[in-house]
Amino acid sequence: MKKLKISKTLKDNILTYGIVILAYLIMQILIGTGNVSSLMQGLLVPLCVYVILAVSLNLTVGILGELSLGHAGFMCVGAFTGAFFSKCMQDVISISLLRFILAIVIGAVAAGIIGFLIGMPVLRLRGDYLAIVTLAFGEIIKNIINVLYIGKDSRGFHFSLKDSLSLGLEEGGTVIINGAQGITGTPKDATFTMGILLIILTLIIVLNLIHSRDGRAIMSIRDNLIAAESVGINITKYKLMAFSISAALAGVAGVLYAHNLSSLMATPKNFGYNMSIMILVFVVLGGIGNIRGSIISAVILTLLPELLRGLSNYRMLIYSIILIAMMLFNWSPKFIHLREKYSLKRLFRKNREVQ
Amino acid sequence: MAALLEVKNLGISFGGLRAVDDFEVSIKKGQLYGLIGPNGAGKTTVFNLLTGVYKPSEGVITLDGTNITGLKTIEINRTGIARTFQNIRLFKELSVIDNVKAGLHNHYSYSTIEGILRMPNYFKMEKAMTERAMELLHVFELDNEADYLAANLPYGKQRKLEIARALATEPKLLLLDEPAAGMNPNETMELMDTIRFVRDNFDMTILLIEHDMKLVSGICEELTVLNFGRILAQGSTSAVLNDPQVITAYLGE
Repeated sequence: MKKLKISKTLKDNILTYGIVILAYLIMQILIGTGNVSSLMQGLLVPLCVYVILAVSLNLTVGILGELSLGHAGFMCVGAFTGAFFSKCMQDVISISLLRFILAIVIGAVAAGIIGFLIGMPVLRLRGDYLAIVTLAFGEIIKNIINVLYIGKDSRGFHFSLKDSLSLGLEEGGTVIINGAQGITGTPKDATFTMGILLIILTLIIVLNLIHSRDGRAIMSIRDNLIAAESVGINITKYKLMAFSISAALAGVAGVLYAHNLSSLMATPKNFGYNMSIMILVFVVLGGIGNIRGSIISAVILTLLPELLRGLSNYRMLIYSIILIAMMLFNWSPKFIHLREKYSLKRLFRKNREVQ
Repeated sequence: MAALLEVKNLGISFGGLRAVDDFEVSIKKGQLYGLIGPNGAGKTTVFNLLTGVYKPSEGVITLDGTNITGLKTIEINRTGIARTFQNIRLFKELSVIDNVKAGLHNHYSYSTIEGILRMPNYFKMEKAMTERAMELLHVFELDNEADYLAANLPYGKQRKLEIARALATEPKLLLLDEPAAGMNPNETMELMDTIRFVRDNFDMTILLIEHDMKLVSGICEELTVLNFGRILAQGSTSAVLNDPQVITAYLGE
C-alpha cells in the first residue's frame, strides 16, 4: 500500500512536469519550422507569466484554503523591483542571463517580504474578509507605485512621491521610475526558454512543498484549524509561510513580465484587481488545489481570446460562454458522472474484460 | 504517587453564564477517568479549558508538575495533552496516513528547504514518519485504508483515526470527547477494547467524556459527575453510579 501511494504522487508529478516540457518542445519545433505567427510568439512569455501566477495563487487558495484577491499586487512588486534592478545594472552587468537571474531573485525576495508584511496582520482574517483586505492591499501597492518617482545621479538615488521635478536631480541624472509612466527601457531579457525554466522551478517549489511535512501542516490548517492546533501545528507560522512563498512566486512572474516589455507601467489592466480576478479564474477553473489544472486552464484561457480575435465583436461573448461550459464540464456533478462513464480509461478496461 | 493531572478551583464565565465553577480533579498516571453529566453540564468546556481553547477565569491546571494554566493550545499539546472531538474533526482532504503524519509533526522534523530540495534528511525523516504512522494505524486496524481520504472512512473508523492522530503527538494524557457517540453496541464494545489496549500498550492516562453508561461503567475506574457546571459527585465508579443525587440528576430512577 505504502509503495503504491508514493509512486502515485510521483506519477502525478512526472505527468505535470512532462506536460510542460512536451509543450515546450512542440512549441520549439513549430517555431523552428516557421509555423508560429509572430502574434503567437509574442504570447509565449505572457503565457509563462500567467502559468506561474496561477500555480502560485493555487498555493494560497487551494493548499492554504484562503481566498486572496491581491495576487497582482505581489506581481507588481516583483515586476518593479526586478525592472529597477535591471535598469540600474544594465551597464554594470553586461551578461544578460546573470543580470536576469539576479533580477528574478531580487524580485522574488521583495515580493516575498511584502507578502510576509501584509500577511502578518491580514491572515488573522478568514474568508470574505481576507479576500476584501487582500484586494485592497493589491490596489494600494499599484497606486503607490503609480506615484513613485526614483531618480539617480552622481550623488546617489532620490525618492519622491510628488513628481519627477521634486527629485532635484543634478545635470545628467536619470529618472528610473517615473510615476505613472513607470520604467522605460528595461532590457528585454525574458525568453520563452527562461519562462519555461521558471515554470519548472515554480512547480518544483510548490509540488515539493505540498508533499512535505510543511505542506501537510498547511493542508491540515485548511481542513480543520482547531484540530491542527490541537495536534501542535503552529497556525500562524504555516499560514505566513504559504502566503509568503505564494507572493514570492508571483514576484518571479512579475519579473518575467517586466523583462518582456520595453516600458513597464502599473495600470489597472496589468496589475489591478481585474488581473487578480483573472488569476483566480484560472485557479478555480483548473480546480482548486489542482496544480496541473491551473497550468492547463491558464494556457487555454490566455490563448482563447487571441484565437477568437477573428470573430471581432463576438469575441468576449464566446469567451464567456466557453468559460461557463468549461466550468460545467469540470465541476457539475452530472458531467463528472458522464465523464467517468465514457472516460477512455474505463472504455479500455471494458474492452480488456470482454477479451 | 503524585497525580499526572491536577486541577484546582477551575472556573470560567461567558458573560453572565457560569459555565464551569470550582472544578477540581486529580488523575493518577495510567488511570482511566470518566467525566459524565447531563447535556450542557460543561463537560466539553472542561476539555476546552484543559487544552487551552478557552482561558480559564480562575484556577490552576498542572500536568506532570508543569503549570499549564493559560498556555496556548499548541504549547499544551507539546507539554503532553492530546484530544479528540465530539464532532469529529479530521483533516478530511488528506489521506488517512497523512492525518497521522500531521500528528507526528513536532516529533520528526526537517526544514522547509530540506523538504523543497528533497535533501537526504527529507527521505530519512519521511521514511521514519511513515513507519511510525503505519504502526499506529496497525493498532487501530486502519492499515488497509492508509491511502483513503479521511472523509471516505466509515464513521467508526473516523473515530479511531482521530484517536490514532492524537496518540501520534505522544501525549501523557489523552482526552476523548464522547468516543462512542453514534456507534452501535458492537462498535462500542470494540472501542472499549481499543481504549483499554491504548492505556496498557501506550502507557497512557485517559480522561473521557461519555454518555454510554455501559462503556463508562465498563472501563472507567473513577468518575466525576458535572451538573450545571458544578461537581455533583466524585469518586470510584461504583460509588458514584449508586449515589442517589447522581441518579436523580442524570441517570434517572
